[in-house]
Amino acid sequence: MHELSLTQSIVELAIEHANREKAVTIRSITVEIGALSGVVADAMEFAFDVCSKGTMAESARFEIRHIPGRGRCLECHEESELETLTHICPLCGCLALETIEGQEMKFTEMEID
Amino acid sequence: MCIDCGCGTDPNHSHHHDHEHGHDHEHDEKSSRTIRIEEDLLAKNNRLATSNRTHFSAERLLVLNLVSSPGSGKTSILERTLTDLKNQFDFAVLEGDQQTTNDADRIAATGVAVKQINTGAGCHLDAHMIGHGVEGFDLATTDILMIENVGNLVCPASFDLGEDHKVVVLSVTEGEDKPLKYPQMFQAADLMLINKIDLLPYLRFDLEQCKAFARQVNPEIKIMELSCHSGEGMQEWYDWLTAGVARKRRVASDEGVSECV
Repeated sequence: MHELSLTQSIVELAIEHANREKAVTIRSITVEIGALSGVVADAMEFAFDVCSKGTMAESARFEIRHIPGRGRCLECHEESELETLTHICPLCGCLALETIEGQEMKFTEMEID
Repeated sequence: MCIDCGCGTDPNHSHHHDHEHGHDHEHDEKSSRTIRIEEDLLAKNNRLATSNRTHFSAERLLVLNLVSSPGSGKTSILERTLTDLKNQFDFAVLEGDQQTTNDADRIAATGVAVKQINTGAGCHLDAHMIGHGVEGFDLATTDILMIENVGNLVCPASFDLGEDHKVVVLSVTEGEDKPLKYPQMFQAADLMLINKIDLLPYLRFDLEQCKAFARQVNPEIKIMELSCHSGEGMQEWYDWLTAGVARKRRVASDEGVSECV
């Protein structure tokens, strides 16, 4: 459940930015989560309700954008979609794929008043 | 869906308040604005981990982050390692658990400096805890800092503590498919210790299959088989530690030479 501490840091960062912008409320928070990042989106949504309670982010819409995984085969060097870290190259059957996308955990933007 | 008036049913409705959606509703549009953040969620932890790494590197310290599921034998491996090597190297140990000082008490019995970090509800150690955790140690006289993470094969994978290597321990009683079930951790580790191999005759554990699974998620991972109970395989681990300390000293002396020139 490291989603709880990650979400706590999102809320803290959002409040920090909102205060710097002299905002009174946070309308929405958008994050990007990669399919291979090890973060469970449902757990993060649940954690957001807990972490934002009583803060200026309490009524904010929390949007998680999913980034699909992509990998490059270490044998044939072709790229393919990766659903898990244990994917097999669909082109040559090699077991070892280098991850090139899908490990993102990023706070991308927020909407404030 | 718009949180203010409930307009729109498209879940992909981006809602940037750019006024391109043609309907009337009362938003306080004048003051509402979108700001770009573009910050990695682990940025704060990573900053602190970098600061730890700089500190450890200046002290020529070999730092290992031991990770595994609960009960794989991390503390037992440490006990045996400290007992066997404490005359050769100076160790310091940070013990992470949600509660109790049981592990720290076991390490303290070997005579090595140890500090327990209790994470409470937390499921992992982070770089901030490590930065404060080492404050009581005399790092200038320490060769190896061992950090025993909270027993958990999931969360500690994401948190850099400033270590040189993550070392994942897998015991043969856990099943050979753990690297496939928890790939994040095995991908993050440089070394895998397969522990409790003295129990192999009593188990249906396919050692070669386990190693193949680990290499499937991490082709570069180094693998050692050992038993901290029988002592089998421990020498290879000790040799790896010795080489790691020698490398730190060599880097430090090379830097010393270049400073003189």
